[in-house]
Amino acid sequence: MASGVKPRVKVPKTAAAGDEITIKTLISHKMESGQRKDGDGNLIPRSIINRFVVDFNGQNVIDVTLEPAISTNPYFQFDATVPESGEFKFTWYDDDGDVYETAKQIAVS
Amino acid sequence: MKRAKTYAGTLTVVAAMAATTAFADADDDQLVVNGEIEMVTEAAAPEHLEYVDTVYSGWRFRSDETQAFQMDDFDNPAMIFVEKASEDWNKPEGTEGKACASCHEDVENLKGVRAVYPKWNESAGEVRTLEMQINDCRENQMGAEPLKYTGGDMAAMVGLLSSVSRGMPISVAIDGPAQETWEQGKEIYYTRYGQLELSCANCHEDNYGNMIRADHLSQGQINGFPTYRLKNTKLNSVHARFKGCVRDTRAHTFKPGSPEFIALELYVASRGNGLSVEGPSVRN
Amino acid sequence: MQLTRRDLLVMGSVGMGLTALGVSPAMASLTDDEIAKITEGAEVGTGDLVVTAPEIAENGNTVPIEVSAPGAAMVVIFADGNPTPAVATVNFGPLNPTRAASTRIRLAKTQNVVALAQMEDGSFQKAMANVKVTIGGCGG
Repeated sequence: MASGVKPRVKVPKTAAAGDEITIKTLISHKMESGQRKDGDGNLIPRSIINRFVVDFNGQNVIDVTLEPAISTNPYFQFDATVPESGEFKFTWYDDDGDVYETAKQIAVS
Repeated sequence: MKRAKTYAGTLTVVAAMAATTAFADADDDQLVVNGEIEMVTEAAAPEHLEYVDTVYSGWRFRSDETQAFQMDDFDNPAMIFVEKASEDWNKPEGTEGKACASCHEDVENLKGVRAVYPKWNESAGEVRTLEMQINDCRENQMGAEPLKYTGGDMAAMVGLLSSVSRGMPISVAIDGPAQETWEQGKEIYYTRYGQLELSCANCHEDNYGNMIRADHLSQGQINGFPTYRLKNTKLNSVHARFKGCVRDTRAHTFKPGSPEFIALELYVASRGNGLSVEGPSVRN
Repeated sequence: MQLTRRDLLVMGSVGMGLTALGVSPAMASLTDDEIAKITEGAEVGTGDLVVTAPEIAENGNTVPIEVSAPGAAMVVIFADGNPTPAVATVNFGPLNPTRAASTRIRLAKTQNVVALAQMEDGSFQKAMANVKVTIGGCGG
């Protein structure tokens, strides 16, 4: 597991049915591009988060393929419609095979 | 001959400044963090400043996009490191089995500390930076190894302490027993170093608001430290930045944690008395 | 000091002059190739697709951008002056109302951020924003 990887998400706790809400996400990750060289001139191998997916109650909100041009600590902000109470599921996929997940509940009145 | 040279130089400066008026001086933006912490980014200069009337936070010299990073804690990548430090805060270390929290409990209890450092320590008979005080706690209270002065763990811990003081006015004491160190720092601030023969004042007092190549010079205030730089995507400590500046004058630099940089930090901090504690800030 | 400051300023204006020359057309073709692979020769138009990016980025390492593509199913983002132009592919799901996303990207130099959107009817739109990436004095 890449070290120091920790997902953070910001989702409102409540909303009205059908509301558009704004979600912010950030995962601490070095996003080593594979373009850099170390002190001895050897290429540092690529190690990035390559995919980020957000679902709500099993329906997709956003599904992103990331390339090395995404900055360190990948950040995404986007909107979502919430038809009913439920759970946002956030998943990040690492080059090294690791998968990082987090979830947030939202209560819809 | 000498006069002609100076005249030509002045013309170039005037022309260059006219071309970059869009960048001149600090902007008029107001910094409110999380919609609740109102920061003072412009203040009347403290009395001891002889050549500057108004002091500005470095935030006011940055582009709107860079400024936005600091206006919400979620958008501020420095908070990743602050979160890590809040975990360290509760983690027992060393022979005494103590964590920071064992004595200080909630980190909020140290609200205000960042605003008055560097500070004279009576029992030690020296001016201490926050980093020195943290390592004193680690070595003498916890029985733990000191953290590297400009290392990531240290910058994060200073960032955590700074975060709970955000919005409070910087107010370091420069009189009494601290005065001698402060005078030493002032001496360093106005001394030209390196092959480029530049003092801190040449850039940050004489030329703030102007462009140095493509970079917009600030007053070099340190109220926003530690600062997350977009350049290196980590938290940077005051002494690491000092080292970078002195290196850029093509000089052998003082070491982080050295008496020279401690004195300089006290002096530079005092130039920002009245500005808000902003750390951890975001800069380019 | 006079000499030094003048030197710095002259260097600065030369640097900014070069930066103003902007985009390298040779690198843009890499992006065009990538776009052609996706569109397979279909016509690429313009529409409501907008790329928002700073006119001047203070550091190319972390540049905030936004793509807004009402009615799009997918947006592919390129940086046409990077060694590898691909930046991200954003697929919007049924629960995404605005078809917009913000992120932070790396730009190696002054260049265009290009977005290609595939709309829900299968048609394509393209938009771009030029970002001047500054090489700082002490900041860079």
